[in-house]
Amino acid sequence: MATVLELKGITKKFPGVLANDNVNFDLQSGEIHALLGENGAGKTTLMNVLYGLYRPDQGEIFRNGQPIAMHSPKDAITHGIGMVHQHFMLVPVFTVTENIMLGAETIKNGILARREVSGQIRELSRQYGLDIDPDTFVRDLPVGIQQRVEIVKTLYRKADILILDEPTAVLTPQEADDLFRIMRELTSKGVSIIFITHKLKEVLAIADRITVMRAGRVAGTTTPAETDEHRLAAMMVGREVILNVEKKPAEPGEEMLQVRQLHVADQRGLETVRGITFSVREGEILGIAGVQGNGQTELVEALTGLCRTRGGQVFLNGHDVTGKSPRPVIETGMAHIPEDRQRHGLVLSYPVADNLILCTYYLPPFGVNGVLHNRAVDENAGKLVQAYDIRTPSAYTVVSKLSGGNQQKVIVARELSRSVHLLIANQPTRGLDVGSIEYIHRQIVDMRDRGVAVLLVSAELDEIMSLADRIAVIYRGQIVAVVDADKVSRAELGLMMAGSAQKSEAVPAA
Amino acid sequence: MDWKRYGFIALIIIVLVGVVVLVGASQDSPKVIIVSMLTTTIAVATPLTLGALCGIFCERAGVVNIGIEGMMLAAAFFGWFGAIYCNTILKMPKMPSLLFGLLAAILTGGLFGLLHAWLSVTFKVDQIIGGTVINLLAMGISGFLNRQLFFESGSIFGGQVPHAPGTLPRIHIPVLADLPVVGKIFDQQPITIAAILLVVIVHFVLFYTRWGLRTRSVGEHPRAADTVGINVIRMRYANVIIGGCIAGLGGAYFTLESVPSFEPLMTNGRGFIALAAMIFGNWSPFGAWAAALVFGSASALQINLQQYRAYIPAQWAFLQQSYVVGLVPYILTMLILTGIIGKTTAPAADGVPYEK
Amino acid sequence: MWKESGGEVHRRSLHHILLPFFPNPMDTQNPKLSPPWLDRIRPIARAVGIFLRPMLVPFLAIVTAMIVGGLVILIAGGNPFEAYVGLFEGAFGSRKALSETTVWATPYIFAGLAVALAFKGGLFNIGAEGQLALGAVAAAWVGYALPGVLHVSLPAVVHLPLTIGAGMLAGALWGAIPGWLKARTGGHEVINTIMMNYIALNTVSFLLNGPMKDPNPENVSARTPQIAAGARLPAIFPGFRFHWGFILALVMAVLAWWFLWKTTRGFEIRTAGANPDAARYAGISVARIIVLSMTLSGMLAGMAGAIEVTALNFRHELGFSTGYGFDAIAIALLGKSHPLGVVLAALLFGAMRNGATRMQFLTQIPVDVISVIQALILLFVAADAIVRYIYRIRAKEDRVVLTRGWGG
Repeated sequence: MATVLELKGITKKFPGVLANDNVNFDLQSGEIHALLGENGAGKTTLMNVLYGLYRPDQGEIFRNGQPIAMHSPKDAITHGIGMVHQHFMLVPVFTVTENIMLGAETIKNGILARREVSGQIRELSRQYGLDIDPDTFVRDLPVGIQQRVEIVKTLYRKADILILDEPTAVLTPQEADDLFRIMRELTSKGVSIIFITHKLKEVLAIADRITVMRAGRVAGTTTPAETDEHRLAAMMVGREVILNVEKKPAEPGEEMLQVRQLHVADQRGLETVRGITFSVREGEILGIAGVQGNGQTELVEALTGLCRTRGGQVFLNGHDVTGKSPRPVIETGMAHIPEDRQRHGLVLSYPVADNLILCTYYLPPFGVNGVLHNRAVDENAGKLVQAYDIRTPSAYTVVSKLSGGNQQKVIVARELSRSVHLLIANQPTRGLDVGSIEYIHRQIVDMRDRGVAVLLVSAELDEIMSLADRIAVIYRGQIVAVVDADKVSRAELGLMMAGSAQKSEAVPAA
Repeated sequence: MDWKRYGFIALIIIVLVGVVVLVGASQDSPKVIIVSMLTTTIAVATPLTLGALCGIFCERAGVVNIGIEGMMLAAAFFGWFGAIYCNTILKMPKMPSLLFGLLAAILTGGLFGLLHAWLSVTFKVDQIIGGTVINLLAMGISGFLNRQLFFESGSIFGGQVPHAPGTLPRIHIPVLADLPVVGKIFDQQPITIAAILLVVIVHFVLFYTRWGLRTRSVGEHPRAADTVGINVIRMRYANVIIGGCIAGLGGAYFTLESVPSFEPLMTNGRGFIALAAMIFGNWSPFGAWAAALVFGSASALQINLQQYRAYIPAQWAFLQQSYVVGLVPYILTMLILTGIIGKTTAPAADGVPYEK
Repeated sequence: MWKESGGEVHRRSLHHILLPFFPNPMDTQNPKLSPPWLDRIRPIARAVGIFLRPMLVPFLAIVTAMIVGGLVILIAGGNPFEAYVGLFEGAFGSRKALSETTVWATPYIFAGLAVALAFKGGLFNIGAEGQLALGAVAAAWVGYALPGVLHVSLPAVVHLPLTIGAGMLAGALWGAIPGWLKARTGGHEVINTIMMNYIALNTVSFLLNGPMKDPNPENVSARTPQIAAGARLPAIFPGFRFHWGFILALVMAVLAWWFLWKTTRGFEIRTAGANPDAARYAGISVARIIVLSMTLSGMLAGMAGAIEVTALNFRHELGFSTGYGFDAIAIALLGKSHPLGVVLAALLFGAMRNGATRMQFLTQIPVDVISVIQALILLFVAADAIVRYIYRIRAKEDRVVLTRGWGG
């Protein structure tokens, strides 16, 4: 096996953070080498350095034994390195052909040679079993196919080293298996793959070698044969990690949230939520499992009053809150941890104290007769910062300066300190470090134990399986199954998430 | 651009032309009036078309440019100044002076484009504020220099506004301009012809060439463009400067083609109407041109109605007031922006500074 | 103001200002170096530093703009030093000069507050020009038509507020329209307010040349008749034009500050401006806030016009209100959209406009050069990174970028 790539002593510093600290990494020909680490460990930075998007402060890159200089993605492409980013680098309003051509256009008499390139793409995709239609607009393609377009983009440029950054984040378990099949096909044809992820199971399933990164350094390199999930997790975090949350069995009470035949349509009039019915009881956690893009986002927006409904009813604690705006729903006892915390959850330019009263500013003691009482705001801020252990220099620090985990804590503090009957947590731990993830999980289970009804929406199957008491699977805007969490397997869930009609012995919706 | 939009445009133009035909029916034959209206419409739409093309170059690359008004004003001044300087001080004959003035105008537009790019792309200033700065600078400089150079006794022109070398002559397009009756439409001045040619050229460049593909990618998803090795900064600079040059050409229309003189603030909002034309045309050259024609026909209405003032029937007396008619372009713009005629989609990364 | 900016103090930049006066005021590592009297002054120094810090970059922007402006004057054949001396003399040189400076500053304060309030709500009100003009016309009409045309005679205590109120109402309406259009249809307020400007200015021109024209046979210009005595704001000191409108402007500035930072409605406006999505989640009706912000903004701009009519000219004449609108944008930005900053910036602009007349008288340099300098000031304030680069100041606040494309 030849060493096709070697990184030696890579160091990269950003203001306030040492992202890569003297990292060594090598890649053998035809292997799948996984780069494992939690959010913020430095994996993406390292790959961005390799791909020429960042310049390292120190260190060298060797390609087939020769040192190379990497100043921009153009250099990376010249050296046969291709990258598929976590957030796709595709222009939605362009066709597949135009996206693949971009930057490496073929010109005939000054005009773009679209037809010729389309033909080449068709041939290339057939060769690797990827099967894509070059003349469709990317915005009309499902996510799994878009990923294939990204892969073809690198192959079109004759890449023989492929970097995949968190590729399965947007795929169902079945689509992920498909991807693994394609990866093995590629390696059999001589492509070497670097596979970035934070998912332990995948790494053990597909990788030939595993390098674990932690806090900017390499914590160790091993093979699947020599390790297991627990040891890998420990290497990632540097201490023993509880992989599954400890929780008492649920003691559900009355139905708190009832959703009946809910229909939601988007701007173009297409239905994204097509007649969903379910309920959540006090003291239980209902997890909504599903790959992103199947209607969960729209469902949560409808429940929290952020978008309009087209039909159906929603009852919260006996009150009809269908189609109401956020404030009445909040006043009926809803708490919401939003999916996009920087967009819906926080005003980044406001201090922590103001964010903490974002939903309650108009009520006493903060707002009396239209006047803001700053002293009450101060006291409240002091109390919550302490109670929820928000790491901030002061209650008046602008929230944009806090880490992701602490920003989430601000939201959690604000939402959970009200009197709450229903908690809707939408991707609550996305992009957070393990410490914060554990904290948030703890809070959610606490709420449930205190009798709050919890609706948990997450794309991380492990999170759902570990926290939820019951699991509802959403697919193409409909609930296709509702099952008890301890009565279903990962594989079965995966099938249901992919729309497979066979439901397991599902407990019908209460 | 969908048919609904083109249909609306055609409808408005027909209505406006129709009004003038009806009013002037007692004086001239409908054919003559229609031809006259169309000729004026095409000419008057020129600065709007060029302004909209400038906007298209900038915004397709992701940079919002509301400084088109200022760019055109400054170009109008410096173009005029250049022509007069050549003619009066350097004693050059008429045509070379005018051509030099044209060059000066285009250069001025390009320089202002460079400034806007520098502010928006390198310093990442809020682009609307940057555009306001351009407008203010242009208004200030053109007003100041106009007073200083032409009305102060100590200046090079001795305190008098010298005789301008005139305007660019009409070009008689062979064959087309010889047609009976309609031939007059094809007898236009060079900048007007250039504007129409540019619409075709820009459309071709934007949608069929490598430059256009890369520009559009930079305006829709700059990070994607970056990852395939396209220099986002350079593309944005280049496109904004080109846009500035085109706006400069538009400014030259005012002082080198329309009237041979300069008035402070003579652009009178047309740079902003050009923006509306661009938005209504959904950021495409032909669409913007069609929209510019609508505004042009509104102005043509005002001009032509002046001729037939005496013949306006009593019920329509309000038309006599140039005030009411003069409001049409502005109200039309606002109507178009409400989107009732059709929704528009800006380039996705329009107005967002690119952070590496 | 500084609460919202994070409250941290950067040593190096303070050093620049305070070094000559307080060597190492922040030095806690070597207490032996600082004498005991310094220890007592240190907290005061810190407070002063915190107060001056946000003003540092705008101040340097003004200085740099004046330098570049001086170059422009030089190139155009004038003497920059004479020009600036004349400017200063005209602005502050005598009691009359000071009075005139405040007279000029008054409409700037109102208009600057108008634009600043809109900025706080996340909106660009470029229509201050038109709102101001209509406010002036409306005020003038109520001022002269009530007694003169409608033959309604009112005591001053009613007529004056009515007159100013009319101006406020007209401006509010003219701001509400583009506000409503944005809230309802998504039409971007930049172009709509600019169009409203042209509509307003054309309308005012039509009115002043037609129905509202001063019928006095000696009159040839486009202007309204004089407003009644009962509708006029008196001057404060006889002999000077310094009038109560200035005091009113300061009162409005304080009111604006209180409204934005001390009331729940103001909180809603600021939140909708900072992050409309989060605001929606907080239960704020962003559409209604947009209309409210634009209406209040228009009202303030209308007030600027009304005060000009009732306190200064006692009529409205064509051409008397041009340029305030765009200057107001520069003033709002220079003052960082904060009422105190706006007042200071308005005083600066008022000083420049006032001094320019004397400068032109003394040096023959046209007053238009002021526009160039003001544009340069705006340039350096907006691109404060340029100033920071020149003077080596480290950036502290996060930039807030309002432009998000055309929406709609």
